[in-house]
Amino acid sequence: MSFLDDFMARAALAGIGLSLAAGPLGCLVVWRRMAYFGDAVSHAAVLGVALSLLSGAAPMAGVLVMALLMAALVAAGPERLLAMDAMLGVASHAALALGLVAVTLLEGVRVDLMGYLFGDILAVSRADLVAIWAASALAAAVLAARWRRMLLATLSEDLAAAEGVSPRVEKWWLALALALLTAAAIKVVGALLITALLIMPAAAARTLARSPETMALGAAAAGVAATLGGLRASWLWDAPAGPAVVTTAAAILALLGAARALLGRRAG
Amino acid sequence: MTAPRSAAPSAPPSARVNAPARQPAAARESAPLIAARGVCVRIEGRTVLRDVDLEIRPAEIVTILGPNGSGKTTLLRALIGALTPDAGEIRRSPDLRVGHVPQRLSLDRTMPLTVDRFLALSGARRAARQQALERVGIGGRAGAMMAALSGGQFQRALLAHALLRRPNLFVLDEPTQGLDQPGVAAFYRLIEDLRRETGAAVLMVSHDLHVVMSASDRVICLNGHVCCSGAPHVVARAPEYRALFGLGTQGALALYRHEHDHSHAHDGPAPAREEAPRE
Repeated sequence: MSFLDDFMARAALAGIGLSLAAGPLGCLVVWRRMAYFGDAVSHAAVLGVALSLLSGAAPMAGVLVMALLMAALVAAGPERLLAMDAMLGVASHAALALGLVAVTLLEGVRVDLMGYLFGDILAVSRADLVAIWAASALAAAVLAARWRRMLLATLSEDLAAAEGVSPRVEKWWLALALALLTAAAIKVVGALLITALLIMPAAAARTLARSPETMALGAAAAGVAATLGGLRASWLWDAPAGPAVVTTAAAILALLGAARALLGRRAG
Repeated sequence: MTAPRSAAPSAPPSARVNAPARQPAAARESAPLIAARGVCVRIEGRTVLRDVDLEIRPAEIVTILGPNGSGKTTLLRALIGALTPDAGEIRRSPDLRVGHVPQRLSLDRTMPLTVDRFLALSGARRAARQQALERVGIGGRAGAMMAALSGGQFQRALLAHALLRRPNLFVLDEPTQGLDQPGVAAFYRLIEDLRRETGAAVLMVSHDLHVVMSASDRVICLNGHVCCSGAPHVVARAPEYRALFGLGTQGALALYRHEHDHSHAHDGPAPAREEAPRE
């Protein structure tokens, strides 16, 4: 009998591992205004699920491959056909729709589509748990190793270039971290809610933080709180767990935002 | 594109003023920090820079002047390696260290960033950071949020960051935008002092013509290509220069007119004519 035999314990640990990496990554997504980019990469996850069903590989592997492909496509794609946000919207929803069509067309496979769209955190196995923590840890390690350079490239691409930091290289590292996190998150909150898990804790942490680092740590903490609170709510009211986690994250953000507005603290 | 004006046929050779600049003799003889040769940059199919030659030598202050869209910022970006030219070459001295002061930071309210944390991104230690802040005159603002600084303080914080790189070349892209007149004068005095103290060269883009006249060793007039370059007072006084650009008024005004009223046969949109200043 071990602690990990309890599915709620596994769910909580999966959410915590994911949140610890999603916090800092979400801050970068917010600072760089990359929410649409996050959407495009995470929606490609559904296509990745189809790919893994087709090839017999583990879903996380397929998701990782497709997320990386999408990141590469968007990062290298023709920027001038449409404005960036419109192009990302096209890529994101094309990937989502194509993924849904592909998954449905795979005959003889019974898939819980809802699970991939909105997560199935209560069904996380021990093997899932290891994979989620490994992918999250890798993503966090990438961010930790590149942190100063990423901040510099975020503040000014020219400043970074003048100091020998290539903004292009940093963008690729960031895309890699995002793909890893998407793979980790597919089982926890699902393809449609990954961006929410990135942005909401970061936005919540912004209300209190005085430095990029405290904001990153605060976002990780807010994500953990949202995970535990969401799972609790899901248990109490029999609500779907992934959406409950995201709802809790939104509630934390709203509370902190309201508290700050009431206390009249100036931004920064 | 634009037809050559009668007063401004293609630049006669004599208009390329290359008078000796007011700089240490040693600087002229030593190897350039950056040498650009035949640089062309195309952006979205449009030629932004054509055949630009340029050298920056140690300890000189060089200012780039030009109308909006003349490729000033593009040239700076090419020189610091932020973009690769489509043709030509840019050679950088192996010991080149650039202290860059960008036009702005993409710093919106979502990133909390104190002045001291921003300076730490240069990799410098705390004591050095405080020293740099004091040197640029905002020693008391280490704990302030970057977003809460006034325009002048913000530029000084950027300059302190550049200073911490221990550069032998400062590169400043319109560093005094949005400053009032005394603020502009004080900022350029600071730049000159830093040049004297550190021996670093300075390359900047500027609109502040009076300051250009007094503070630069060399002025480069850019409009997609280098129209002319040389010591500012010589450029301003040269009869060929006035024949080409000015209408017989003072040098600073000639420069000013050149900036806006200059059109020989080049690619790009015709610059708008400006009213002559009234007495």
